[in-house]
Amino acid sequence: MATTARNASRPMSPHLQIWKWGPHMLVSILHRVTGSGMATVGTLLLVWWLAALASGKQAYQTFTDVMGFYGLGYVLGIGLSLCFFIHLANGIRHFFMDAGALFELKANKTASVAVVAFGILATLAFWAFLLWGK
Amino acid sequence: MANGTPIGRVRGLGSAKEGTHHWWNQRVTAAANLVLMLWFVISIARLPAYDYATATGWLQSPWAAIPMVLLIASVFYHFRLGLQVVIEDYVHDEGRVALMLLLTFFTITTAGIAIFSILKIAFSGTPA
Repeated sequence: MATTARNASRPMSPHLQIWKWGPHMLVSILHRVTGSGMATVGTLLLVWWLAALASGKQAYQTFTDVMGFYGLGYVLGIGLSLCFFIHLANGIRHFFMDAGALFELKANKTASVAVVAFGILATLAFWAFLLWGK
Repeated sequence: MANGTPIGRVRGLGSAKEGTHHWWNQRVTAAANLVLMLWFVISIARLPAYDYATATGWLQSPWAAIPMVLLIASVFYHFRLGLQVVIEDYVHDEGRVALMLLLTFFTITTAGIAIFSILKIAFSGTPA
């Protein structure tokens, strides 16, 4: 980046710290964080799970052993499911915005709060079902 | 009409009509992911147990193996597009070319392993 040529006496363009944080900014960065998390950690976990299943009982035993190590499987599972439900809800919000809706201040705020609320509630419901629903 | 440089001949003729390609493919795969990932999460939740026999038994059914292969194709293409934007936003020097190549190799390698594993399980199963 050509940062060396910047004249320090000129004003900076508005940046993160001068804005008052709102829900729309939170879900915007959450979308990127959850997506990147699933694309890296989630991908490696899914591929390892599939490869272990394809390799045989012993490889799968190694996988389940590592996942059982101090509840690592629960940390990854709860984290990734929270990422998934938030990313999914915000993805649907994006579909509405692609169609030109949800840009009004109030509707935009409501939808953004709803994305986070859905993500948390869906994760709780998912794990309640896994742990006690069967 | 052999006069002029290549850029001179196309100047003013409009865009290459590829400007929305990345954006559009991200939406198409997003729609497919919505269906496939919900199917996957519900299927995993409904499995009676997570031992080797149950998991392989589930993947041996074409009703699980086929959507699973489609899921890998759609989800991995989607995250390839998404991580590309993350790299473009934060890496401005020459390193972005290397990262972009790494991203492509990462995506194709993991997708290859995943699809091969699914097919191996599916084809080694006894017909139900």
